[in-house]
Amino acid sequence: MDLVQMQKSLQDYTKSLFLEGVLDSQFLQLQQLQDESNPDFVSQVVTLFFQDSDRILNDLSLSLDQQVVDFKKVDPHVHQLKGSSSSIGAQRVKNACVVFRNFCEQQNVEACHRCLQQVKQEYYLVKNRLETLFKLEQQIVASGGMIPAMELGF
Amino acid sequence: MMNPSQGRGLGSGGGSSSGRKQGGEAVVEMFPSGLRVLVVDDDPTCLMILERMLRTCLYEVTKCNRAELALSLLRKNKHGFDIVISDVHMPDMDGFKLLEHVGLEMDLPVIMMSADDSKSVVLKGVTHGAVDYLIKPVRMEALKNIWQHVVRKRRSEWSVPEHSGSVEETGQQQQQQQRGPAVSGGGDDGVDDNASSVNEGNNWRSSSNNSRKRKEEEGDEQGDDDASNLKKPRVVWSVELHQQFVAAVNQLGVEKAVPKKILELMNVPGLTRENVASHLQKYRIYLRRLGGVSQHQGNLNNSFMTGQDASFGPLSSLNGFDLQALAVAGQLPAQSLAQLQAAGLGRPAAMISKSGLPVSSMVDERSIFSFDNSKPRFGDGIGHHHGQQQQTQQPQMNLLHGVPTGMEPRQLAGLQQLPVGNRMSIQQQIAAVRAGHNVQNSGMMMSLAGQQQVPFPRGGPQSSIRQPMLPNRITERSGFSGRSSVPESSRVLPTNYTNLATQHSSSAVAFNNFQQELPVNSFPLPSAPGLSVPPAQVRKPHSSSSYQEEVNSSEAGFTTPSYDMFSNRQNDWDLRSIAFEAHQDAESVAFSNSEAFSSSSMSRTNNNTTVAATDLGRNQQQTLPSMVPHHQVYGNGPNGGGGSSSVRVKSERDTAAMAFHEQYSNQEDLMSALLKQEGVAPVDTEFDFDAAYSIDDIPGLIGLKAD
Repeated sequence: MDLVQMQKSLQDYTKSLFLEGVLDSQFLQLQQLQDESNPDFVSQVVTLFFQDSDRILNDLSLSLDQQVVDFKKVDPHVHQLKGSSSSIGAQRVKNACVVFRNFCEQQNVEACHRCLQQVKQEYYLVKNRLETLFKLEQQIVASGGMIPAMELGF
Repeated sequence: MMNPSQGRGLGSGGGSSSGRKQGGEAVVEMFPSGLRVLVVDDDPTCLMILERMLRTCLYEVTKCNRAELALSLLRKNKHGFDIVISDVHMPDMDGFKLLEHVGLEMDLPVIMMSADDSKSVVLKGVTHGAVDYLIKPVRMEALKNIWQHVVRKRRSEWSVPEHSGSVEETGQQQQQQQRGPAVSGGGDDGVDDNASSVNEGNNWRSSSNNSRKRKEEEGDEQGDDDASNLKKPRVVWSVELHQQFVAAVNQLGVEKAVPKKILELMNVPGLTRENVASHLQKYRIYLRRLGGVSQHQGNLNNSFMTGQDASFGPLSSLNGFDLQALAVAGQLPAQSLAQLQAAGLGRPAAMISKSGLPVSSMVDERSIFSFDNSKPRFGDGIGHHHGQQQQTQQPQMNLLHGVPTGMEPRQLAGLQQLPVGNRMSIQQQIAAVRAGHNVQNSGMMMSLAGQQQVPFPRGGPQSSIRQPMLPNRITERSGFSGRSSVPESSRVLPTNYTNLATQHSSSAVAFNNFQQELPVNSFPLPSAPGLSVPPAQVRKPHSSSSYQEEVNSSEAGFTTPSYDMFSNRQNDWDLRSIAFEAHQDAESVAFSNSEAFSSSSMSRTNNNTTVAATDLGRNQQQTLPSMVPHHQVYGNGPNGGGGSSSVRVKSERDTAAMAFHEQYSNQEDLMSALLKQEGVAPVDTEFDFDAAYSIDDIPGLIGLKAD
């Protein structure tokens, strides 16, 4: 694939993520923060997000698997995940967290389990997509190209 | 307009040159850059993003993932920071505690932030003295303007109380302040000492601390206010001085204490009536606050005076409220606070570290009170709220935390100093900014206008409260940013609206069961532009055809989707878009405002418009919102973008989409367009927006329609 094609693919791919609601405009904000002096900002932040989220999801699983679920522990985790996912633009993850928190408030263990699954699902989805996105970017850069600025003109 | 040459300075960057420009000049040439920000958040992702954003704003950023660490940083370097941004939920210390400490010890403006937009939390932020409350995800726009809080705080510290009500006044405010003494008591205040102040005004000017500039300005009554205000040297209210003050006040009776008389009683050379008046105002606010919550005048008084030997912690907690309130209100000079602290506590820093962060230790508070108990209860003088004198701080604190509503009315009632003018100006401001949409808010604003006297822009705990905040912001902005009203509103938007949005969205959320539908929007549309958007989940899947239909029928010319999305969008969207818009120039702002309205209305009418755009990811139940609508969301970027986007859009959507994009053609910024679109969540709920806001009535919209 030549450079131009790759760039086009990247753009299309990114757009699709927005269209599907996997990412929202906050992600664009992140992209705007990236520049020559901070060329890897987005991937750095996202990587950080993944690491942190993995940890949180893990903690959540453990908490929910307890005999007696301590919602006071569960809620802050979900809250944090909500905050971080919204900060990077992982819209669906954030939305799932919102639902999750509601059930936490209701102390509905069953529903919380489902919510956790939902959150995980969305999380793995966005993780997967973003990893693909970064790969595409890397390919472009490796081919000597520049990553095109997102033009959301679609 | 801001002249950074004030005392605590704005750090290295503060160089706003302009000096005296009023109204709309390019005020801040360099001013905000170099603003020293300390950001505290245990979430590493957010911390990194915030740091980057703040750096992009040319601020000097220090990040910290633990509150304790942040506090020690602040203590080590009291004047090393200009503003603090802190998350609410942190594992090692509650953000509010940090807020209290910072307000108390360093008197720095603190902005709270959280992904939690629930009303109660935002309210807590307000009552604890946060100057603002941002909802995550925080956008650049919201951060760009944080410098205003620093300026505002400084100014309020300098401002003359009588005339002021001031800080949040309109741009005229400074003039008013200036005028106050010069003319007759700046009328508005309603402080009965106005008359006397007039006479004294001249005295003051010539005397003491007032800078010459102030004098000149008095003469002019124009411009340069900020600079002069800021430059005025402050009187430091030491413990002894304060005690003398309190004694004088008590002697006269709190309700009757007039600065002039107090001054006479105190008989402190070099102290001006102005100083006393300003301190009195703060003191009154402080008392109201106390009274509103519980009634422990005595205790408060003690703490106010600074606990002498009480451990810092408890004292600070107590003081935190009071002093903080005052400080935040900008009434209490930072130095005074620090002084009070220092005087009373020896080295606050030392004390603090000793006691850890016992802010909340209620128990200690009692001990604080013990030492200074002979203070008469001012409650008597104050009347209604201070019924109970001796209560532990604890209840009070709890109240403060939890009962803002209780406080507010009292504050309102108690704040006699609120000049009528404030309200008017606020209202006017609001009216100006919010064009058609103030209808409902005006009442609230009016009623809360008094409240606004506390000049710190706090995240409004409730939409109603928030409303007034807006005006304040607006006025303040106009006051010192010298921008046009619109920009001010925009400025307001990021913060105020943010909060507002938060409010609404939180309420929306509260009402809505995420799983369920309908976000019940009990908030009047205007108050919550777009806030009342129901949770995304609620969205019902709509067929594209219905969507299109809706779009076509859009009244405002906005395609329906946009509105729906707008209204449906959750808080973060609202905040973002608003913030986003806010940063735009006036027209954008207006645009967004109107959009908000229109969208709300639209949502009303187009309940079912899926507006897939909004659905993006929002609707949990929809795995893949229809693609078509999504186009809208990211349809137009900047004006120029319209063309290309429209092409594609057209191919996929119908003309409605095009219209949609066209709507955004005014957007200068891609992001705002995006935001708007994003914001539009399928509104399926039946908002209670009523006729109050028909799209047609919204001036902005009308204009847009024309597009």
